[in-house]
Amino acid sequence: MYQDSVLEGGKTVKRARTAKLKNHSVSNVAGYLFISPWLAGFLFLTLWPMAQSLYYTFTDFSLLSAPKWIGLQNFQEIAQDRFFYNSLKVTFTYVLTSVPAKLGFALLVAMLLNQKLKGIELYRTIIYLPSLIGGSIAVAVLWKNIFGISGFINHIVPLFGIPAKNWIGTPGTALGTLVTLSVWQFGSAMIIFLAGLKQIPSDLYEAAAVDGAGKFRKFVSVTLPMLSPVIFFNLIMGVISSFQSFTAAFVITNGGPLNSTEMYALYLYEKAFATLHMGYASALAWILLVIVAIATMINFMASKYWVFYENEAGGRG
Amino acid sequence: MKAISRNKWLTHFVLIAFSALMFYPVLWWIGASLKPNAELSLPSLFPSRFMWSNYSDGWVALPKYTFTYFYINSFKLNITTMLLTVISSSLVAFGFGRIQFAFKKVWFSLLLLTIMLPAQVTLIPQYAMFHKFNWVNTYLPFIVPSAMGGAFFIFLLVQFIRGIPGELDESAKMDGCSWFGVYWRIILPLTKPALITVMIFSFLWHWEDYLGPLIYLNSVSKFTVPLALRMFMDTQSAVQWGQLLAMSLVSIVPQVLLFFLAQRHFVEGISTTGLKG
Repeated sequence: MYQDSVLEGGKTVKRARTAKLKNHSVSNVAGYLFISPWLAGFLFLTLWPMAQSLYYTFTDFSLLSAPKWIGLQNFQEIAQDRFFYNSLKVTFTYVLTSVPAKLGFALLVAMLLNQKLKGIELYRTIIYLPSLIGGSIAVAVLWKNIFGISGFINHIVPLFGIPAKNWIGTPGTALGTLVTLSVWQFGSAMIIFLAGLKQIPSDLYEAAAVDGAGKFRKFVSVTLPMLSPVIFFNLIMGVISSFQSFTAAFVITNGGPLNSTEMYALYLYEKAFATLHMGYASALAWILLVIVAIATMINFMASKYWVFYENEAGGRG
Repeated sequence: MKAISRNKWLTHFVLIAFSALMFYPVLWWIGASLKPNAELSLPSLFPSRFMWSNYSDGWVALPKYTFTYFYINSFKLNITTMLLTVISSSLVAFGFGRIQFAFKKVWFSLLLLTIMLPAQVTLIPQYAMFHKFNWVNTYLPFIVPSAMGGAFFIFLLVQFIRGIPGELDESAKMDGCSWFGVYWRIILPLTKPALITVMIFSFLWHWEDYLGPLIYLNSVSKFTVPLALRMFMDTQSAVQWGQLLAMSLVSIVPQVLLFFLAQRHFVEGISTTGLKG
């Protein structure tokens, strides 16, 4: 009760202040002038292109001549395009394996680092380093070498009873090398988790300890719920970005072998810029947008059941 | 007490094992860049003899242009886009963070939505548009958008500006300071740490950007370092892996250097807004 009134008091003070501030800070001209660079970019580089892109989906467009209206033909062709279904399968496999693995490692290591240990900075730096460089073509080159037929991995795996092979050239394992590369870059998600873990008040753990909670119980009843908004954020951003994954697949495997790593973004690129089927590719882009939007919506809806926001705590506690 | 210290040792052990596993490819990479081609398939870290020539030969391996040329290209382009991004993003962020204007909430929600918009949707019409402007094979498709601010950076700066007490600019306004004066004299100096974060990440993202240059730049004289690396990989029938790995390693030096010079900004930037490295 006491806390509540303090909180409300704070709110009224704040409200009064913003009201005062408002008188001085309302200025349509100044406001629009300041945001004009972004606004121009939004209108001319996002909104207008989106409208155009939507129009292209109903056309046959090769850049060299004007777009020709063909109605729903692109979508009809896509519905029968086995490479489209293949790229969907590849991309979903990639997203559904790399994102959970990445978040799992990130959370595990963040928990390990969230205590008073010597050398935390060093661990954090080493673990973050792959995230810093992992998206570059340089690392793609490295990966291509390591997992190739003469890569050094083939000297290590026989020790575990796994036969040496060309990991990148084999349909069953090529996608796995790309997933590995993605998971290797869990460092930035880990840093976000670490920041989230530091925000959890220690008295919650103390209270749990008083109630006789063990380590696992504390993790399930305190850490996970308190960290859930951060997990949710990492999940959303991870899903959105891995649906668009391009460089690694393009450079390391170029979609092969036998299209086993032909990610959606890669297929779209080939349609648009290698064969100049820009109408078809625009249709692919809009399907991607719908898929990403649905995935994000599902995530948001599911979040009601597992993401815990502190300002709801009053009602529950 | 004993249990606690044993626990700590266990944690250290797990962390060291993890770090070693994560770091091994990078260590191997450093060693491999100095190896003769025959030793590249070995997991050993050290070459039997140090092939410094991988660096000197790799640097000049491409016909017509040396890597010096591609680095100058990359630096010229990336420093330009970095400066434009930070200037435009801070102006926009000031507008959203400090000034009340009609439909501000709507615009800000749209800004946040664009962060989540897959780039593929605008890729093709943007290309068609820049093609029409004759901007293909120039740096304009990178420079012009950067002058319009990055949505993620604007978001980061708005968060930062909202944390600065309003009394400061209030009193400046009372004293007759213009909006631009408030921005220039009060907010800009106070947002310096966030501006540095923006510059760092803008540089990093552009440095490793591959898809953009791949689409827009076709003549070798315009190539950035990532495209040059890709050309290195493609043009040689029997890839000189030692040289290629050496040149790749050099290409990440600016990123790593920047990281060690500004580690604090990294950690803050990532943990406050979820910027990706």
